[in-house]
Amino acid sequence: MSHGANTVHGASRPDTIVNFGFWVYLMSDVILFSMLFTMFVVVSDNTFGGPGGAELFKLRDVFFETMALLFSSITFGFAMLSMHAKHKGGVLLWLLVTFIFGVLFVTLELHEFYELIHEGATPQTSAFLSAFFTLVGTHGTHVTFGLIWILVMVGQVAFKGVTPPVASRLFRLALFWHFLDIVWIAVFSTVYLSGVMG
Amino acid sequence: MSHSPAHEEHHEDTRLGGLNVKTYITGFVLSLILTIIPFGAVGFEWFDTGTTLIVVAVAAVVQILVQMFFFLHLDFSAENAWNTGSALFSVLILAVLVGGTLWLMYSLEMRTMVGM
Repeated sequence: MSHGANTVHGASRPDTIVNFGFWVYLMSDVILFSMLFTMFVVVSDNTFGGPGGAELFKLRDVFFETMALLFSSITFGFAMLSMHAKHKGGVLLWLLVTFIFGVLFVTLELHEFYELIHEGATPQTSAFLSAFFTLVGTHGTHVTFGLIWILVMVGQVAFKGVTPPVASRLFRLALFWHFLDIVWIAVFSTVYLSGVMG
Repeated sequence: MSHSPAHEEHHEDTRLGGLNVKTYITGFVLSLILTIIPFGAVGFEWFDTGTTLIVVAVAAVVQILVQMFFFLHLDFSAENAWNTGSALFSVLILAVLVGGTLWLMYSLEMRTMVGM
C-alpha cells in the first residue's frame, strides 16, 4: 500500500473501495443471470407445439457471435496493457477495435432475433421462446450498455488523457466487459449447444 | 504521477494480477480451444449425446475458470481476497437458488404430471 490511489496504477488496483463496490454489483448481476438461466432450463421443453431449439438455432451464426465477443475481450485486454504503459494512442486504438467487435456481436444477435420473429418464433409463441428472448436479450442489453460506456471512455481518454480517474473507470469497464464474455460462455453452452442437441 | 521509482513500477506490473501480454494471449488461446471443442462436438456430432453434453458442460466450466483467472485476474492473493471471497459467496447463493429452484420445479412437474 506504499502507493495510493492517485497514480494510474493505484487507481486500477483491485482492492480500492470503488472497484470493490463495482465488483459487488457484478456479483449481483451473476445472481440475476443465474435466475434467468434457471427459468430457461425449467421451461426449455415447453414449446407449446411451436418450434424448439433444434429447428431454430443456427450454430454457425452463434459461433461467429462467440468469436466476436471473445476477440473483443482480448482486444480490451490490450487496451488495459496500453493504459498501464501510459500509451494514449494504444488505448484509443484498442478501445475502438473492441467497440467494432462488440457492435458486430450485437448486430449478429439482432439479425438472429429478426429472423426468428420473421419465422413466427416470437416471445409470445411459447414459454421456451419467452425465456430465450428474456435471457439472451438481457445479455445483449448489457453488451449494448457496455458499448455506450466504451464510447464514453474513448471520449474521456481522447480529451482528458490517461489520468488516474480515467484509468480507474477503464479498469471497471474492463471488469464489466470480461464479465459479459463469461456470461456468454454460459449462454452458448446452456441455450444454443444444448438446444441444438434437442 | 510518474515520480515513482523504476523498481516500484516493475513491482506494480507484475503484481497487478500478472498484467502482461502473455497472460492475455494464454487466456485467449485456451478460451479459443475451449470454444472450438464444444462447438465441434455438437456441430459435427463427434460423440454420442450423453458424452457431448458432458463435453459441453466441462468445457464451459473450465473456460469460465480460465477467463476468471486470465482476464478478471481472480486468484487467492491478499489483494484479491475480497473479490475472490465475494465471488465464492455468490457461488454459494447461486447454488442454493439454482439448485433449489430446479429441485422444486422438477419435483412439482413430476407430482402434477404437467408434461403428460
